[in-house]
Amino acid sequence: MRRSAVREETILLPGSAGAYVPDPSGAAQPGDLTTELIETDWWSDDLVARAGIPVVDVPFVSIGGGIGSFVTVDYLRICGVPTSSIRVLTQLEHPWESYEYLTRVSQIPREERLRSDSASCPDNIWGFPSYAVREAFATKSPRRLLQVAVEPIFDDYYTPKAGHAFATMEKEYHRISYPETVVKGQVRMVRRRVGGGYFTILTPPENTTPTRRVAYRSRFVHVAIGYPGLKFLPDLMDYRERHRDYSSVVNAYEPHEQIYSRLRAGPGTVLVRGGGIVASRVLQRLIDDRDARGLQTQILHVFRTFTTKSHGPHIWMRRRGGDGWAYQGFNYPKSVWGGQLKSRMRKLEGNARADLYKIFGGTNTPRRRSWQRQMARGRAEGWYRPFQGEITAMEPHGAGNVRVELKTEHGLEKVTVLGVIDCTGLEADISEHRVLADLLEHSGAGRNPLDRLDVDRTFEVRGTRNDPGRMHASGTATLGGYFPGVDTFLGLQIAAQEIADDLARLGFCKRLGPIRSTSQWWKWARGKPV
Amino acid sequence: MLPTLNGRIQTRIFLLAVVGGLWTLLISPVLPGIGSGSLAEIYRMTFIVLLTTLILGIGWEFVYHLLQQFRWEKDWPTFFGLITVVNEGVLVWLLLGLGVVPGLAGGVPLSAFLVLFATTWLLVWLAANGPMRVPFVHWRFHGGRLL
Repeated sequence: MRRSAVREETILLPGSAGAYVPDPSGAAQPGDLTTELIETDWWSDDLVARAGIPVVDVPFVSIGGGIGSFVTVDYLRICGVPTSSIRVLTQLEHPWESYEYLTRVSQIPREERLRSDSASCPDNIWGFPSYAVREAFATKSPRRLLQVAVEPIFDDYYTPKAGHAFATMEKEYHRISYPETVVKGQVRMVRRRVGGGYFTILTPPENTTPTRRVAYRSRFVHVAIGYPGLKFLPDLMDYRERHRDYSSVVNAYEPHEQIYSRLRAGPGTVLVRGGGIVASRVLQRLIDDRDARGLQTQILHVFRTFTTKSHGPHIWMRRRGGDGWAYQGFNYPKSVWGGQLKSRMRKLEGNARADLYKIFGGTNTPRRRSWQRQMARGRAEGWYRPFQGEITAMEPHGAGNVRVELKTEHGLEKVTVLGVIDCTGLEADISEHRVLADLLEHSGAGRNPLDRLDVDRTFEVRGTRNDPGRMHASGTATLGGYFPGVDTFLGLQIAAQEIADDLARLGFCKRLGPIRSTSQWWKWARGKPV
Repeated sequence: MLPTLNGRIQTRIFLLAVVGGLWTLLISPVLPGIGSGSLAEIYRMTFIVLLTTLILGIGWEFVYHLLQQFRWEKDWPTFFGLITVVNEGVLVWLLLGLGVVPGLAGGVPLSAFLVLFATTWLLVWLAANGPMRVPFVHWRFHGGRLL
């Protein structure tokens, strides 16, 4: 029997974990977890054998199967590891499935551009030739080369189209024979093994194996499970639960085409909440529709923090802002991916690290010229009104409308809108993911200054070492560590490089020095297998 | 680019020495306006210009690092890496004109200087913005450090 482990306030992602619940009749199932296993932190081979769980031996296991697993496997393959030494345990059909879902519903379909640097290429560990160069050749136009040469001074930052990123990843996916490493199923837990290494318990899809569980016994484990969960804000949940209305008050990370359809059917006012990239994209969609179809959409835009000018602690640390927004090209100041801020953060511990995260944290969005023009036109013509405020109440108001009460700097304001698009989001605590919760409880893992999974500079999960084994983690679960940009394309590659270097020191793969790097790049450039 | 001060200096030395050195070796014999001097004299002249650029460049990196501190992103846009050819070229040319560069009392023809300086700069800039990452896959994540 299965039920969804995804709680009601959590946004459902592809491949989201469905938790296994024991048969209520208490009947034992072949090869299932036993109470003894569940309660024991260190597992011996005998203990697993007694439970009747079959064991598969493989040196390296990656859990998650998203882009984090993909770029790590890419690095290892380039460093000479055969596919037979790697198993990726995943529920996803392909590594970009969850990411593509989230970008698509948040208004970045394949033909739109991501918020990612030209040289952040998950299909190419060298970042050369970058997306801009490849796009210039593909389109036979120097426009993108010129843009990347003068960004961000005379033009916006170049960013690749989502479809370009997915198509090139798919090519690399086949080049490195990634599908050979994939095993479908849901990972339940990782436990340390008596004698070294780890056991990873996989629940394969029902009726595909003779036993309910399969144990992967490996020297190395890589945890890349992505977002523990994306949560709705409490006021949005409260409205939905009280009024059973799931179509007028929506989060931008869930499908919400119905709002755009209703605006096409007749004039209406919509309330957008949030000051991040998703709010920018939603505004663009609303305004594009308005322009293309001659709609009369009125847009109210509420910011909790309304930024009017450059801001920051001192003259050396000022972020640009205006018209409500805090502006920044990418998710973090650019140098976290290789320069000064990366180097600085790497040296910081505890509160000092948390403080620096706080300085460059906060919601922000890129200052794209096309968006600036759209918003300026909207303000001038009176159909776009940004303001500071907080939603204090929402009630249904006939014909699918919503009456929203807002606390603003001018006092309480009441507006009636056709829909509310909430572009804010909360990431769930790491303990809401079963695998991470189990690591914290049974395998010695701990939390970092931002309360996420504590990893070392090599991305080894602190406290889990079991010589000669190692457990590494990458992705958003590790935010708060010595490297900040973990939840980005380039961040995943930086983590992958650190992990590959660590594994090379342990003799698992070859070191990526200048000769191997160049010869492997040449293979990449010709589309030849590693 | 996303350099640290140390990375800037290391990258500057490496790229000017390797890319700049190879290019200077190739282009020196065909530079315009070099007259009838021997090949040895020409190479002596062009490599002194290259070395002067490299040494002064280390000083310039401190200035650029200071300017970078005013940027929120703490980055060094690609365009800055190209346009700094102007200030660096002018300074080297002025010093050559003043006769303070050792070993080049006779000066350097302007046309030869312009071609040598501009083409070397362009090649180094191009190498830094892509090909450098092919052999040195760690370089861009280490602030431009090679060691």
